[in-house]
Amino acid sequence: MVVSTGSAGAAGARIGVITFPGTLDDRDALRAIRLAGATPVPLWHADADLHDVDAVVIPGGFSYGDYLRAGAISRFAAAMTSVADAANGGLPVLGICNGFQILTEAHLLPGSMVKNDHLHFICREQTLVVENNTTAWTTAYDAGQRITVPLKNQDGQYVADERTLDELEAEGRVVFRYEGWNPNGSRRNIAGITNERGNVVGLMPHPEHAVEPGFGPDSAQGARSGTDGLGFFASVLSTLVAA
Amino acid sequence: MGRVVVEVMPKPEILDPQGKAVVGALPRLGFTQFTSVRQGKRFELEVDGDVTPEILAAAQQAAETMLSNPIIEDVVRVVDASEVGA
Repeated sequence: MVVSTGSAGAAGARIGVITFPGTLDDRDALRAIRLAGATPVPLWHADADLHDVDAVVIPGGFSYGDYLRAGAISRFAAAMTSVADAANGGLPVLGICNGFQILTEAHLLPGSMVKNDHLHFICREQTLVVENNTTAWTTAYDAGQRITVPLKNQDGQYVADERTLDELEAEGRVVFRYEGWNPNGSRRNIAGITNERGNVVGLMPHPEHAVEPGFGPDSAQGARSGTDGLGFFASVLSTLVAA
Repeated sequence: MGRVVVEVMPKPEILDPQGKAVVGALPRLGFTQFTSVRQGKRFELEVDGDVTPEILAAAQQAAETMLSNPIIEDVVRVVDASEVGA
């Protein structure tokens, strides 16, 4: 069960997006939330108050220039202490790219990200397999569904020790796997994972960049028409309504 | 003014892509004798007074909580720079 801290209901659902120094994709995430029918709430890293939101997105970018390690400094932000407490209480939290890195640094998700095995920054439209459609952020998809969303990163190689990887697999906590090509050397083609409770999800690719026809990846419907990322935000809305 | 040196290395079982790129480039300069390179990090933490055991303990704690990520890195050294000439 997912606990809602604010007003529930799709139209009234408030979803926060935290901006850190060096965040790039906060505006796209806020826009995706609006397009999905919820109320986007901008949050600031230095503010411990989450303003009564029903869910939180930690967006992509290069917070603190990836200095020290990607996400290592942001993880100690005042807002992240509140997010960690709320996540342990069941608040749905989605970490995208740098947000995923911040969640692993905060130990809300296991493992870590290191530099891509080929050492290059990569930007492409990436196909993923939805392995787990029971998390707070993936119920709108079918298990085994293929979705295409943009991928862009430098430190995207997911690593964890073998025991952790076996545990993730056994508990169904691998949420997304790369399909066709592993773009960064991630262990077992892992693109995204969840915590035991299923309310915290992190992934390297960017669903918030695939939410509006004309601005998404190419799809069967035509160039830039892909909106496969909308399902993340539709999922969390139905999770909140059901709560 | 005292100085504490903290050294952090990627864990042996983690592939170090940066070290791999460096070892690949060394032979181009004629350095063919090096078979492996691993790249780590060195931090220099300065304090106003001397490096006391308390300062070293605090540095050790900082090394384990923030300067390294125990999932991918090991803290290999936390030392008073003046004592070891580091």
